[in-house]
Amino acid sequence: MCLAIPGQIERLIPGTDLATADVSGVKRNINIGLVEPEGIAPGDWVLIHVGFAMSKIDEEEARTSLEFLQTMGQAFADEMAAMQQKPPGESG
Amino acid sequence: MRFVDEFRDRKIARDLGAEIARLARPGRQYKFMEVCGGHTHTIYKHGIEDYLPQNVTLVHGPGCPVCVIPMGRIDDAMFIARQPGVTLTCFGDMMRVPGGSGSFLDASAGGADVRMVYSPLDALRVAQRNPDRHVVFMAIGFETTAPSTALTLLRAAADNASNFSVFCNHVTIVPAIKAILDSPDLRLDGFLGPGHVSTVIGCRPYQFIAQEFARPVVVAGFEPLDVLDSVRLLLKQLEEGRCEVENQYTRVVPWDGNAKAIEVIRRTMELRPHFEWRGLGFISQSALRLREEFARFDAERIFRLPGVRVADPKACQCGEVLKGVLKPWECKVFGTACTPETPIGTCMVSSEGACAAYYNFGRFSRERMQEVVR
Repeated sequence: MCLAIPGQIERLIPGTDLATADVSGVKRNINIGLVEPEGIAPGDWVLIHVGFAMSKIDEEEARTSLEFLQTMGQAFADEMAAMQQKPPGESG
Repeated sequence: MRFVDEFRDRKIARDLGAEIARLARPGRQYKFMEVCGGHTHTIYKHGIEDYLPQNVTLVHGPGCPVCVIPMGRIDDAMFIARQPGVTLTCFGDMMRVPGGSGSFLDASAGGADVRMVYSPLDALRVAQRNPDRHVVFMAIGFETTAPSTALTLLRAAADNASNFSVFCNHVTIVPAIKAILDSPDLRLDGFLGPGHVSTVIGCRPYQFIAQEFARPVVVAGFEPLDVLDSVRLLLKQLEEGRCEVENQYTRVVPWDGNAKAIEVIRRTMELRPHFEWRGLGFISQSALRLREEFARFDAERIFRLPGVRVADPKACQCGEVLKGVLKPWECKVFGTACTPETPIGTCMVSSEGACAAYYNFGRFSRERMQEVVR
């Protein structure tokens, strides 16, 4: 849970503080409430921690950070698996 | 950067190593503490110490949020999980943390409804989809994670959720650093400041370390070259007789942090008078609890928690490891009775814990090996 993983914003979900992000090929809704004041638009990169965007980063940082995270092995694999899991008790 | 482009990065790392060796005065010992578990992970995984001269040592601090939760709080969470109609949700890292009477995994095997979630918002969703259960989220983490819990609480309040609460165990990093500086056990020469915590709180809160304790602080990124570069910056400050807070991780950390994140924490949580940390004991104003206005979402007010203090197992020396007094391999049970599969202490559970990181990546230099087999 300690990791923060870069993701690219694909679409803002109107009327909410959520957005769909692409995280290493995985699509997930994330909360962008903490970075909204910075102004978030599709195409932006953010650092995601426990489902929340924590800060806006540039594309270069996002790419190198992802490459680095991939060298972390199990810790990164666990985080990606957790991110992909549906909340317990939810179907579809 | 960062060892990904092997040839170029190894050259930069060697150059940084050479600069570090030039800055470190022979005959003087330098001890720098990294307070973030992410740094510990990088240091062992990438063998950072191999690039440092013998008189520059990295000491691991209390920056792993899973590791610093005392056993009594785990037992309190188990108590909640055993109440009829209750579902306890937590991050995956918490499942194997041993309490006084087993772990959440054991409780789950014993019939309690304990579920892993990726995000506190997922815990709230579990509550909304299971109106017949009371869903408790066990919140842990430093200032990195607290804003996520805070926004989830605000969401729960906006949705008027009636079957959701938070067992708040959020801690704050600065009082823990101060406790270490106040402790006579260890003399440190500087700090690698935590990267992600600092995206929230910024760099200013560390200024007391430079001003009152005359130790340099460099807020550091997580990649191998970031850590090496930060060690270089610490040595450079010492060499030039400066003690300042520097930000090496400007790509991510703004000097003033994230105002919105700080604001949502303040709206929902307040400092506790004191909180027990594993290994560090009670530290005043070092943890957060829910504000009165959020009492209906506060598991501590909803359930009558035993709140019993549970001493760590005698053999376990996590406390000394968390304070940086012992290196992981110096613990009596490291790698023998205590392994990631059957952890005795928290430092062996989380992949960010110093013991697990050391165990998994086994960076035994020849000298260390001699220490281990001494």
